[in-house]
Amino acid sequence: MGLEFNDETFRGDYTFRNSARAIARFPFPFHEDSYMYSVNMEPHLPGRPGSVFEHMFDVDEHYVAEMRDRALVLAEDPLRCQSLPHMTLAGWDLLELIMEAKARDYPQWFSLTKDGHQWHWINRPLQIEQTFTFLDDTTLPCGPMEYITRQTQGDFTLQDQRDDNLWIEAGMVTTQADWSLDFDIGMSFHEWHAPVPLAHEMRVFDRALKFLLNLQLGAPVRRFNWTMTVDPLLDTSPENYPKWGPSKTTMTAETIGHRQHLRVELQTLHRLPRSNAIVFPIRCYLIRFEELVTVPKWARRLHRVVRDIPDELATYKGFLRNKPLMLDYLSKYDDGAPTSPGFWAD
Amino acid sequence: MSVGAAKIPVRVAEVVEVNPLIKRFRFQRRDGGPMPVFSGGAHIVVDMDDHGTRRMNPYSLMSDPADTSGYEISVRRDEAGRGGSLFLHRHVTVGMEMVISSPINLFPLDARARRHLMIAGGIGITPFLSQIAALQAHGGQFELHYSARSRDFAAYADDLTARHGDKVRLYLDDQGQLINLNSLLQGQPLGTHLYVCGPKGMIGWVRQTAETLGWPLAAVHSEEFLAPPVGLPFQVQLAASGKTITVGPAQSLLEAIEAAGVTAPYLCRGGACGECETDVLGCDGQIAHNDHWLTDEQKAGDRQIMPCVSRFGGKTLILDR
Repeated sequence: MGLEFNDETFRGDYTFRNSARAIARFPFPFHEDSYMYSVNMEPHLPGRPGSVFEHMFDVDEHYVAEMRDRALVLAEDPLRCQSLPHMTLAGWDLLELIMEAKARDYPQWFSLTKDGHQWHWINRPLQIEQTFTFLDDTTLPCGPMEYITRQTQGDFTLQDQRDDNLWIEAGMVTTQADWSLDFDIGMSFHEWHAPVPLAHEMRVFDRALKFLLNLQLGAPVRRFNWTMTVDPLLDTSPENYPKWGPSKTTMTAETIGHRQHLRVELQTLHRLPRSNAIVFPIRCYLIRFEELVTVPKWARRLHRVVRDIPDELATYKGFLRNKPLMLDYLSKYDDGAPTSPGFWAD
Repeated sequence: MSVGAAKIPVRVAEVVEVNPLIKRFRFQRRDGGPMPVFSGGAHIVVDMDDHGTRRMNPYSLMSDPADTSGYEISVRRDEAGRGGSLFLHRHVTVGMEMVISSPINLFPLDARARRHLMIAGGIGITPFLSQIAALQAHGGQFELHYSARSRDFAAYADDLTARHGDKVRLYLDDQGQLINLNSLLQGQPLGTHLYVCGPKGMIGWVRQTAETLGWPLAAVHSEEFLAPPVGLPFQVQLAASGKTITVGPAQSLLEAIEAAGVTAPYLCRGGACGECETDVLGCDGQIAHNDHWLTDEQKAGDRQIMPCVSRFGGKTLILDR
């Protein structure tokens, strides 16, 4: 049956860990020894077997534990999942996209059978079986977006397209890098990106919006984003900042290898068929520094990226305070040797 | 950075003469598979090999978006046009193999609307047919006001009336019937969105009336595909590819660029979507900006051009392509 799912936590005792296989397939986001914003989008086509690009929606060893953590976040704060009334059709589009992809790509875990609009869904890892009528909201225990994203790793936002703009009007957001769906819901593209430094002056968002307005059905795209997180906490939300913010102040040279994580988001964008909305899955991958430095190329490169990043970006990403600690740790793994192009490990 | 969806290889499954001016074409996938579901108001670009000349024209999808067995378009014959509609009318027959694009929607329904008020003129009825089918499936109030030359030319009017009764109002020019736009627009409840598709004059009239009556701009939607206008031939230098091309009288600049073997991005080919926007590196002459994309300021500046519909007259035009 392929890989097993880890029994691990993303809070409290933090038992989250990456297996050797998970480290080898980690989506390291830097294709060169420096980093600056760009509209770095490429077609989201099936990629290298075994990599996180192999399938449209990657399911990995953290699946079951991540879904358990999502349920805990939602129980404490139901506003992490919201859908404005006109976004239900987009939710059905998303449910169809995910169920078809998972049943096709992981038949050992998921199955979808259809008899007209009567659908039968089986999710073996989460032990869920559901018969429902496609496009009939009354036949699921909750809305279609909530239903399927409680069973899918990564955050999701749904953008309605109108007036030559995109409007964030539904989402499931429990594994976010310090932004709030409850705050952003209803905003336009430039409004919800307003806090990002430097990029506005570079007109990154004007170009990105123009690109996305013409995103085509059947032609999804992807890009990476990244930040730094102390302790393997999926829910680094502004709502819970008092719980996780102070952790940055307690890291030491002795604990950094274990506690400091590179947090990578594999972001994809898909046009949805019935609603003409765009879904934006934001899939979070965590790797602790001591796991990452087992790949020599990545260790060298991360050191150079952190060393040369502008302070505005380090501040925005929330690690300016610990930058010296990081550099002390990472420099031990950088002998100055050149690195090969591209992000794959050698 | 432009990423195109895969084109769809199709076979013509049906050609129906709807009236003396309009033919309907049904396309099915050559491999027998399902077409993608689409959203009401979407169009496709039909790729035509007209005896050696490549033509790519956009047409609104009129079939039920949930019907994945095939797509349907209706094409009005344009005797004075550049030849795309004439090719479809004269040479496209059942069984022919063609290629179409994936659906693209530049005229979607506003999902927030409490009520959809649609105004169609002539062949402008087609996007409303797929929108009405979507509204029937997913729920939504609509009212259609459809104006045509005469009963013979009011394509699909009988079918619409039979299915939707008094939600459809027909206005025939030869009977002197006119849409009473002022009273129609004044009598709408809050939350109504207005959609218009038809001849340029009609779109302007509806938009202007709505604006005068204080309708919010965001509640008024229109779609007008521009056929690339014909004109005098002109020369263009393509700086990036180092070529000089001549654009023929009935050819668009975009078509001439493609014919020279230079890849250029596009989506709608009708001046609406912005995808083909190209930087102008040098211009000694007059650009005829025929698009709906660039702002008036940009058009005056002559630093960008939309090669799908715009033309040029003068000494030199140099493009970054």
